[in-house]
Amino acid sequence: MAELLSLDGVTAGYGASIVLDDVSLALAEGDSMALLGRNGVGKTTLLVTMMGLTRVHRGRLSWRGKDLAALPTFRRAQAGLGWVPQERYMWPSLTIEEHLTAVARPGHWNIARVYEVFPRLQERRNNLGNQLSGGEQQMLAIARALMVNPSLLLLDEPMEGLAPIIVQELMQVIRRLVREGGMAVIVVEQHAKLALSLARNAIVLDRGRVVHRSDSAALLSDPDTLHRLVAVA
Amino acid sequence: MTAAARASVAPTAATVSRLPDGRWRALEIAFWLLPVAAFFVLPDYRVLGSQILIAGLFAVSLDLILGYAGIVSLGHAAFFGIGAYAAGLLAKNGFNEPISGLLVAAAVAALAGYLVSFLVVRGSDLTRLMVTLGIGLMAWEAANKAAFVTGGVDGLSFTAGKLLGTWGFDLGGRTAFLYALAVVFVVLLIVRRLVSSPFGLSLRGIREGGKRMPAIGAPVGKRLRTIFTVAAAVAGIAGALLAQTTQFVGIDSLGFPRSAELLIMLVLGGTGRLYGGFVGAAVFMIAQDYLSGIDPVYWEFWIGFFLVVIVLFARGGVLGGLDSLRERLVSRQ
Repeated sequence: MAELLSLDGVTAGYGASIVLDDVSLALAEGDSMALLGRNGVGKTTLLVTMMGLTRVHRGRLSWRGKDLAALPTFRRAQAGLGWVPQERYMWPSLTIEEHLTAVARPGHWNIARVYEVFPRLQERRNNLGNQLSGGEQQMLAIARALMVNPSLLLLDEPMEGLAPIIVQELMQVIRRLVREGGMAVIVVEQHAKLALSLARNAIVLDRGRVVHRSDSAALLSDPDTLHRLVAVA
Repeated sequence: MTAAARASVAPTAATVSRLPDGRWRALEIAFWLLPVAAFFVLPDYRVLGSQILIAGLFAVSLDLILGYAGIVSLGHAAFFGIGAYAAGLLAKNGFNEPISGLLVAAAVAALAGYLVSFLVVRGSDLTRLMVTLGIGLMAWEAANKAAFVTGGVDGLSFTAGKLLGTWGFDLGGRTAFLYALAVVFVVLLIVRRLVSSPFGLSLRGIREGGKRMPAIGAPVGKRLRTIFTVAAAVAGIAGALLAQTTQFVGIDSLGFPRSAELLIMLVLGGTGRLYGGFVGAAVFMIAQDYLSGIDPVYWEFWIGFFLVVIVLFARGGVLGGLDSLRERLVSRQ
């Protein structure tokens, strides 16, 4: 399959500080990847770097073979990088439906298709952004990213702080997006097993470096390695 | 109880209604019938009425940048004045057909707004306040220095052409009122459409969390420059309307006091609600008319007093206060 995104020896951080050290990875169109690691190892920074919000000291990011460096964040989003940040960022004075129409770009995903995936958002379409539960906010954050019609969805800890029943519901949706959404997905998750069950490949970060890469099934079937890599000491 | 839990028990109260969302509500229709009724019932107040409509439109133009996009400005009168002078000078120099004059004024103000927008979009609230304040002062002084063109502090008198070649502007303000009402209505239709479009929604997104907007494909700087330009054009139309209906342009039309008054009107009426500018302009100008009749010296005391009360106790101005009052009544039932 054609290559979608590749990072080649990327060293990046905020200002002069370095968070990511010589990170390389490649992702094909429609592929999926779990990004694992303990707290503070640079998982979020890696996503943020893809969106162009950090300072890249060395290395190269390319998108469908083209260098990403010159593209400002909004162009990256328009080119197909769909980021769902951990903080979700709802707009308090906009309704659910307004969140979706405000960002819509032409493509497969439109309001009807998004509502079909998230019926709960349709039920609450007239609720304002500050009147949503955590689970609804997360659904809306994903739905909003879908409305931009991305080729790659970057999910940053989508399950964080959610009730188990909501996690199950979201897992089903994300699994469906990975399988039939027609786009690649990178999911960052503290719960390694959840993420591994979603994605085909896995990468483990530690202190800004890639310390392990394999397919998810292999890592899942090797609990010792998994524990050594991601368990909190 | 968390906001989410509250929302789930009282879904009707939670789905706050806000003007406008594309549909015409009864209140909105009533709003537009009000000036029509006033035209017939209060013929003595047509001059004041047209000035309220014009000031309201001007306040709406400020609302576009302040209420929707979150850009504070203390120099918005610059564009009002530029529009007024454009229409006035055009008429003075022999081309006095009102409607084309209005369009030229809009274009000139839009161009000025576009140029200024590059300075305004960057920076924090304080920077924006200072930049717009500075631009306003410069515009005033430029008009003052160029007295050979603008008439300076004496102002610029001219004769406006007949509207559609038929109706002249009379002292009673009959033509002025209907002309102002028609123009204000048409411009508001366009603005109404604009603020409920995806573009308008994204402006509110920028206001409420601008840093993350680029991540969903919105070029923040460009959108802010666009709305600033549109707002300048609308301010220019309001300025041109005032010039044409009074056949005079005073240098105060682009002065700082007008920018400050405008901000007061908008905050009184309520920001980000489209009609707040009209309500604020009406409250402000009727209060001015009434209070200065009682005591011509101290009426600003009362305007200041109401401003403080509104900002402290009725967030969202008159319209915001009415909204929360209605919500309270609904949730009590």
